[in-house]
Amino acid sequence: MTQDLLYSITGIVLFGIGLFGVIAAAHIIRKLIALNTMGIGVFMVLLAAARHGVVTDPVPHAMVLTGIVVAVAGTALCLWLALQLQLLDSPVPEEPP
Amino acid sequence: MFLKLETRETGSDVGLSTLACFLLGVVITTLSAALIIAVIVSDKAAPELASLAMQNLNTSGVENPVTAVLLNFRSYDTLLEIAVLLIVAVAVLPDQCFAGKTSLPAKRFLSRNVKHQVNPVLAGLLKWLVPLALLVGGYLLWIGAYAPGGAFQAGAVIAGAGVALSLAGQHDFTWQTTSVRITLSLGLLVFIVVAAINNLITGTTLQYPVSYAGLFILIIEVAATISIAAILLLLFVCLKAIAEPAREGDTQ
Repeated sequence: MTQDLLYSITGIVLFGIGLFGVIAAAHIIRKLIALNTMGIGVFMVLLAAARHGVVTDPVPHAMVLTGIVVAVAGTALCLWLALQLQLLDSPVPEEPP
Repeated sequence: MFLKLETRETGSDVGLSTLACFLLGVVITTLSAALIIAVIVSDKAAPELASLAMQNLNTSGVENPVTAVLLNFRSYDTLLEIAVLLIVAVAVLPDQCFAGKTSLPAKRFLSRNVKHQVNPVLAGLLKWLVPLALLVGGYLLWIGAYAPGGAFQAGAVIAGAGVALSLAGQHDFTWQTTSVRITLSLGLLVFIVVAAINNLITGTTLQYPVSYAGLFILIIEVAATISIAAILLLLFVCLKAIAEPAREGDTQ
């Protein structure tokens, strides 16, 4: 019971840290890391909620596994968009006349 | 270029004023405290879905309840998850694919870059590490039917082997060949084909017959592992390829 509670509380604290980062951070990569921290917090709460004494509920576990894959894919897409943004943003090198 | 994390305008890594940060901190601390209290006082309801999953485990074709949920009871989730991965892979694929080239280059997927000199210790480590990662990936795929493990874990470990090769710099990957594209979409294709065959047999799309469930899950998992490994490796290699010339430009 105490172990489940520790997992839940850590997950919520991670979620809070991530939420702060998403709103407060200026750089897009920091925002992205914070968003992932939020996601991991949610996964931890879900995993802790899956434990019921001796029986472990497999449904939240499967949801978390799917969630991790989608989070990885979303992070990769965000990184790609951030790179494209930076490439657009960077000054074009002047061509010699 | 991402080593430079502060924004150009402010030179700071925080986009809010001190007062706004303080207020935000207070709000989020209150929210977290409320959530923690809610978790402590909530009594967990009887796990209805857990007992349902456990009761039907012998009809699923596998012994690991998580794999049973992922690939039998809720296989729509997994089908769409592989589709999401494929969509991201298509988005991140290098631009040359769409630059109007009608004939694809007939290069091999993995080619050795002989000009790049690698530290002999690193080369020796890779010689052990890459086959070991492939072996662990295969083991994780096999054990997924009985214990924690499965297609995504196996795919991630195999992609890790590719990432190690890519970081060492001795090998180049080619994503422009037709066979690589088939590999990327193999997981989704096989999943859809199995679902279609299943539809012909039973009349339902993703409710496998008990006697074939194990076989169907095995076929899907093998194909999904190959695709997931290829897609994760593509995401890493392509993002690295975009970021590298930009970073070199930064240091000049």
